[in-house]
Amino acid sequence: MRVNFGVVVFPGSNCDQDCFYVIKDVLNQPVKYIWHEERDLENFDCIVLPGGFSYGDYLRTGAIARFSPIMSSLLEFANKGKLIIGICNGFQILLEAGLLPGAMLRNRSLHFICKYVYVKVENTNTPYTLLCKKRIVKMPIAHNEGNYYIDEVGLAGLKNNAQIVLRYCSKKGEIVDDFNPNGAISNIAGIVNKNGNVFGLMPHPERCCELELGSNDGLFIFRSIIKWLKQK
Amino acid sequence: MSIATEIYQSLGLSKKEYEKIISLLGREPTITELTMFSVEWSEHCGYLRSRNWLRLFPRQGKYPILVGEDAGGVIVDDLAIVFKMESHNHPSQVEPKQGAATGVGGIIRDIFTCGARPIALLDSLRFGNLSEPYNRYLLNGVVDGIQFYGNCVGVPTVGGEIYFEDSYTGNCLVNVMCVGLAKKDRLVRAVAKGTGNLIMYVGASTGRDGIGGCSILASKEFKEGEEKRPTVQIGDPFMEKCLIEATLEALSTDSIVGIKDMGAAGLTCATSEMAASGNCGVEIELDYVPRREKDMQPWEVMMSESQERMLVCVKSGKENDVAKIFHKWGLNAIVIGKVTDDGIVRIKDKGDVVAEIKANFLTQPPIYDMPYSEPAYFMELKKLDINTLAEPKDYNDILCKLLSSFNIASKEWVYHQYDHMVQTNTVILPGSDAAVLRIKGSKKAIALTTNCNGRYCYLNPYLGSQIAVAESARNLVCSGAEPLAVTDCLNFGNPEKPERFWQFKNCVEGIATACRFFGIPVVSGNVSFYNENPQGAIYPTPTIGMLGIIEDYTKAVTQYFKNNSDIIVLLGDCKEELGGSEYLKEIHSIIRGEVPQLDLEKEIALHNTVLECIRKGLISSAHDCSEGGLIVAIAESCISNNEKLIGARIDNLDYSIRLDALFFGETQSRVIISCRKDNLSIIEAIANKNKVNFRVIGEVGGKRLVITKNNEKIINLSLEKLSRCWRRKFI
Repeated sequence: MRVNFGVVVFPGSNCDQDCFYVIKDVLNQPVKYIWHEERDLENFDCIVLPGGFSYGDYLRTGAIARFSPIMSSLLEFANKGKLIIGICNGFQILLEAGLLPGAMLRNRSLHFICKYVYVKVENTNTPYTLLCKKRIVKMPIAHNEGNYYIDEVGLAGLKNNAQIVLRYCSKKGEIVDDFNPNGAISNIAGIVNKNGNVFGLMPHPERCCELELGSNDGLFIFRSIIKWLKQK
Repeated sequence: MSIATEIYQSLGLSKKEYEKIISLLGREPTITELTMFSVEWSEHCGYLRSRNWLRLFPRQGKYPILVGEDAGGVIVDDLAIVFKMESHNHPSQVEPKQGAATGVGGIIRDIFTCGARPIALLDSLRFGNLSEPYNRYLLNGVVDGIQFYGNCVGVPTVGGEIYFEDSYTGNCLVNVMCVGLAKKDRLVRAVAKGTGNLIMYVGASTGRDGIGGCSILASKEFKEGEEKRPTVQIGDPFMEKCLIEATLEALSTDSIVGIKDMGAAGLTCATSEMAASGNCGVEIELDYVPRREKDMQPWEVMMSESQERMLVCVKSGKENDVAKIFHKWGLNAIVIGKVTDDGIVRIKDKGDVVAEIKANFLTQPPIYDMPYSEPAYFMELKKLDINTLAEPKDYNDILCKLLSSFNIASKEWVYHQYDHMVQTNTVILPGSDAAVLRIKGSKKAIALTTNCNGRYCYLNPYLGSQIAVAESARNLVCSGAEPLAVTDCLNFGNPEKPERFWQFKNCVEGIATACRFFGIPVVSGNVSFYNENPQGAIYPTPTIGMLGIIEDYTKAVTQYFKNNSDIIVLLGDCKEELGGSEYLKEIHSIIRGEVPQLDLEKEIALHNTVLECIRKGLISSAHDCSEGGLIVAIAESCISNNEKLIGARIDNLDYSIRLDALFFGETQSRVIISCRKDNLSIIEAIANKNKVNFRVIGEVGGKRLVITKNNEKIINLSLEKLSRCWRRKFI
């Protein structure tokens, strides 16, 4: 079985081509762009909401994109238990659309941050992490609003359901404030929904799938998706 | 209809120019025509005072080159790499965030208007001393503007440079370079052709923003107490991102004859230059131009510099196909006129002709031969007796001071705010001598750098500008790239002052001489004059942007040391040259002396040596010695990889010159390399073959930088201490 990926293109998406490239040229899987006005997701196994500045991030990150025509189809897609991964701006859109809990605040430095960071994989029992071998991975971040917030009750819920997938950490894996690049609560870098089929993360796995770019630690996420869908 | 003297003067035209306009037209111009002449004949658009000198630049290189209307480039195999650098100094001084942002937006449009996808941005910035609050505000605002625009638009900002000198107080410099990539047969020109073809306006609506930006703001000096904020344009990077995608999509359909960005001088420039390039006429109806403000006069529409707009010449009958693509991206796309065969730019407003001018009258402004004379400071500042300077007692202290001086300190604070990885091509990230971007689908990569030491160019314009070219090439070579082409951004004071023009002339001659010697053509560029404030002119700053190619990017090299027990080698000489150095400025508060000498033969021999070593995979790191000299370069090689600081022992600096000159003098044509012991003899043979001085000076390893001379530890510092000094806060 081949896994059919779809990469959604909103006006202002700018990592759509990078995701497309990794899936097609690095992982040799079939992949198509999906314009945000399309509604038919029938032929896809996994949908990628890429990074960028959908609608210029005007009003609030992801706030306008959530009203794109594709979003109602995406909700159905999620309810069927199919896989949706939102990277960076894609994560922000998933939060605005209510497919994941919590919200994004501006980075506490009040600056955009682009650099490699280390994240710890806290849950390897998801469709996105099942092939994770090393628990501490090196991935780049590039965002202005990555300061994840959720209230205490919500945070307890995330913990109890093992929904926290990635947390910012030191090279050695210490989860401490010094290695929290944006102020995210509990160093959270990525979470899944309760069912585990919708994943949002701030780091960019598509930027670290080839060693010449400084790391190929992002590969395991895409490979996990493929493996999980093939096993099904 | 008679136009009063005040009007043409307020538009920046001289009496002679006004009289020439009358003689060209055979009548008095309308107000719309006069404004059109004023912007097209402004220094910013017309290059009236620089054009004669720019002819000195070489246009030939090893690879075929392209010199287009909006940018230039080189052809490598079936790819066209186009690039250009442009200034946005005056707008940034007035409104730093929007000034810098629209600088980024404008240069990106110059690239995709050629049909190339923009793949990289670099910024060369100059500010006054950060002890002044307004300069801190400018730095913060400019960086914010670059990140605001560049990050959103999805083009990685991969490199650049920042210098701080008092002369830039009151007139900061913001030079932005953009690089694009296209299949060579997909390039398109800024041309209107084919009578009956249509002229289409695409992108943002037209407002009053930026009126007079190029003619009034960029073609005059700053004076005390002027309010110029309304002349700065406002940028919308989201609109630009949509415009890039829509334009590239439209260009792939064969419906488009030519396309031009509406940047400086807006519709005036786009209509007249497209018509002139195509040897035809263009007629447009202003009533069709989408507006965002009411009651705009025809001259305002023609002069507006509203951002994110393009003018497209579309094949007749294809207009709906093209419009459909732009509409999909939520953009205006409206036919506003047509191509004619009479060579005239004809502007109508609700049917009435408001301007009717031969296109080439507008695009062929008067060219001036400016008088020049050597300024008195030039000979005076050469005088420097270093024997009167006390040699430092504590070299550890001096090294720390230099590493934390703003010109040398790490610019991480800046580039971490820029998305430098989007498009997933950046194989050498910011923080090395050159940025390197792979070309997907091949082993090739593009290396990029920008350089200019304004202080050198002030002390000696001819030599300083040659050094800017030489150092750019050296930076590229240190990454393993062969230098291919240059774009430049020539920032100077008021050209009407003979002493300023002398600086310009000498810098142009210096660049031309060095580029010709290296065989590197100048394919595009920009001139920015009138960079003055009431206290005087900026340092002459001819910023060089250089592009090189790496055949196999897996062999590309970075500047930092990698492995314990690698051997450290100095290629090149150490001379007693302290004039113009960062050391003299920071430690002795002296800005004078002869700038370092440059022997172009030696420089190219060094390039050949380093390139051969890198291509043969013989070396682990290469870093050029520039500001701060030998010891700063070595320290940077120890600490510039934040992931892995690595120490060094330097114990063979057996030169008989003053110690401060040896440590911190800025002798040119030098590179620090590190390599495995086994490779040493081959490297030495390559250096000898090229007649480059080769000296083993130490070894990589440990947790400290230790430098000894005559068995005495002159420098002995922990890596943490060095890193802390270098990675200092800016604001």
